[in-house]
Amino acid sequence: MSNRIYQLPSFSLRFFPVWRRNFLVWRKLAIASVIGNIAEPLITLVAFGYGLGSLLSDINGVRYIEFLASGAISMSVMMAASFEALYSAFSRMHVQKTWESLLNTPMDLDDIVLAEMLWAASKAMISGMAILGVLFLLGIGLHPTTLLVPPMLFLVGLTFASIALVINAIARGYDFFTYYFTLMLTPMIFVSGVYYPVSQLPSWLQPLAQILPLGVAVQVVRPLLLGQLPEAALPNVFILMAYCFFGFYLATVLTRRRLLK
Amino acid sequence: MHVLSVQHLHKSYGQGDQRHEVVNDLSFSLRAGECYGLLGPNGAGKTTTLKLCLGLSEPDSGSIMLGGHHIPAEARRARMRVGVVPQMDSLDPDFTVEENLLVYGRYFGMSDKQVHDRIDWLLEFATLTAKRKAQIGELSGGMKRRLTLARSLVNDPDLIFMDEPTTGLDPQARHLMWERLKTLLASGKTILLTTHFMDEAERLCDRLAVIDQGQLIAEGAPRELIAQHIEPQVVEVYGDNVADWIVHARPLSDRVELSGETAFCYTRQTDALFKNLSEQSGLRYLHRPANLEDLFLKLTGREMRD
Repeated sequence: MSNRIYQLPSFSLRFFPVWRRNFLVWRKLAIASVIGNIAEPLITLVAFGYGLGSLLSDINGVRYIEFLASGAISMSVMMAASFEALYSAFSRMHVQKTWESLLNTPMDLDDIVLAEMLWAASKAMISGMAILGVLFLLGIGLHPTTLLVPPMLFLVGLTFASIALVINAIARGYDFFTYYFTLMLTPMIFVSGVYYPVSQLPSWLQPLAQILPLGVAVQVVRPLLLGQLPEAALPNVFILMAYCFFGFYLATVLTRRRLLK
Repeated sequence: MHVLSVQHLHKSYGQGDQRHEVVNDLSFSLRAGECYGLLGPNGAGKTTTLKLCLGLSEPDSGSIMLGGHHIPAEARRARMRVGVVPQMDSLDPDFTVEENLLVYGRYFGMSDKQVHDRIDWLLEFATLTAKRKAQIGELSGGMKRRLTLARSLVNDPDLIFMDEPTTGLDPQARHLMWERLKTLLASGKTILLTTHFMDEAERLCDRLAVIDQGQLIAEGAPRELIAQHIEPQVVEVYGDNVADWIVHARPLSDRVELSGETAFCYTRQTDALFKNLSEQSGLRYLHRPANLEDLFLKLTGREMRD
């Protein structure tokens, strides 16, 4: 039995009807969802970008609001993917027993975990695109390099969805997720260069931004939105992919251990 | 050929001292078109057995064949031809009645047209046609169970697993459910049913197995099992001084059991018992034929299991 638990995830197109189920639920609440997705970062941008930003000098020749917006979009995608793969996935797995009824059909647990991961990333991507639209209206990110931003945001969504599904697999209740948000994600935001450049951190903290997934994401997405090509783009993309693959593998193994006893 | 065949199945949970054998050398087979019941007290291993048969849990040893497929190796293919009515409702609360069926059919790889072609019939079968566009929250308990039944039929399965399908239903809803299950059996479907309700098992099951502590302790047609294990007549005697009275009852019955304020007298001959009872004041009694519940209690004992 243990060998089967540690097998690599099986990838199949069977995930699609499950993804589509989640999409159908989202579609029913789409307007409220998108408004929420836009409102939260917009408030942050106005409050910090214009309010605080007017007190600050430019950062490396970039207006503060542009600096903030180009970093915050990765943070929003991270949050959206994490919420979906934690609270919503946990409801479907544990409370509504949706996964249980799926397992009675010709679906494997691997199909379900894959569908949840792709769905959380898709939803995060939708919210990222909505924010991008707002940035365009504010005159931010109107550069050809921005074309590379959506695929990057999708990768960021996949990465954080995979990591969140690991947490989901070991969670006993919703309270558990509060720890993840307050002890993992929030500190990560503050060392990842979203609100201020990483160079402002104590030197011993700075290397963390090079390896934490949000720090890596910001290093790639920010230059693209500012019309520049990021340095070390490929290594950074590989780091995100590594988080994504190992996270997804671990999530699959832990979920199998939880549900296929 | 057997629709489902289980041979020498073993499954245990826990490690070391905590190790607990949930299924212990269980063997049984389902013939096409029959309703086969799995009866047992709480914790007897019924739900675990269903999970093992669906390939959702791996047995420690033993073999399972479901619809000609090895379980768990080919479980996905086997589940294509199986329907499941789980113990807990797991309908999608975000969807209407109709959407629940549509989305579920897609999980079987059915096209939207294929599902739509079946939805009218499924809703009619579940007497839910009027509730087609209703949200799940608007349905009564009985309607939810019937929708769960309809959902399990979306792929036109050969075999349906039903885990306590009528638990929590009122008598009207339960009778309607029974009638639907009989219709399914008449149309050639095979049903594997677990239940706590002995009258349900007696009505529906062609054959049944009584399971306790993961072991099969009796198997057969309900009436035959009762005739084989239980005296045909039962006299239930109630009253304050029933505990004192049973010394009189013992020589007049084949077997007497006292449970609380009630004495159960199992016997082939009731005349002497009635004569004695007519001389007692303060005792009331009920005479009835032996049923499956008597058999169940004899085989699994009267102690609480939870």
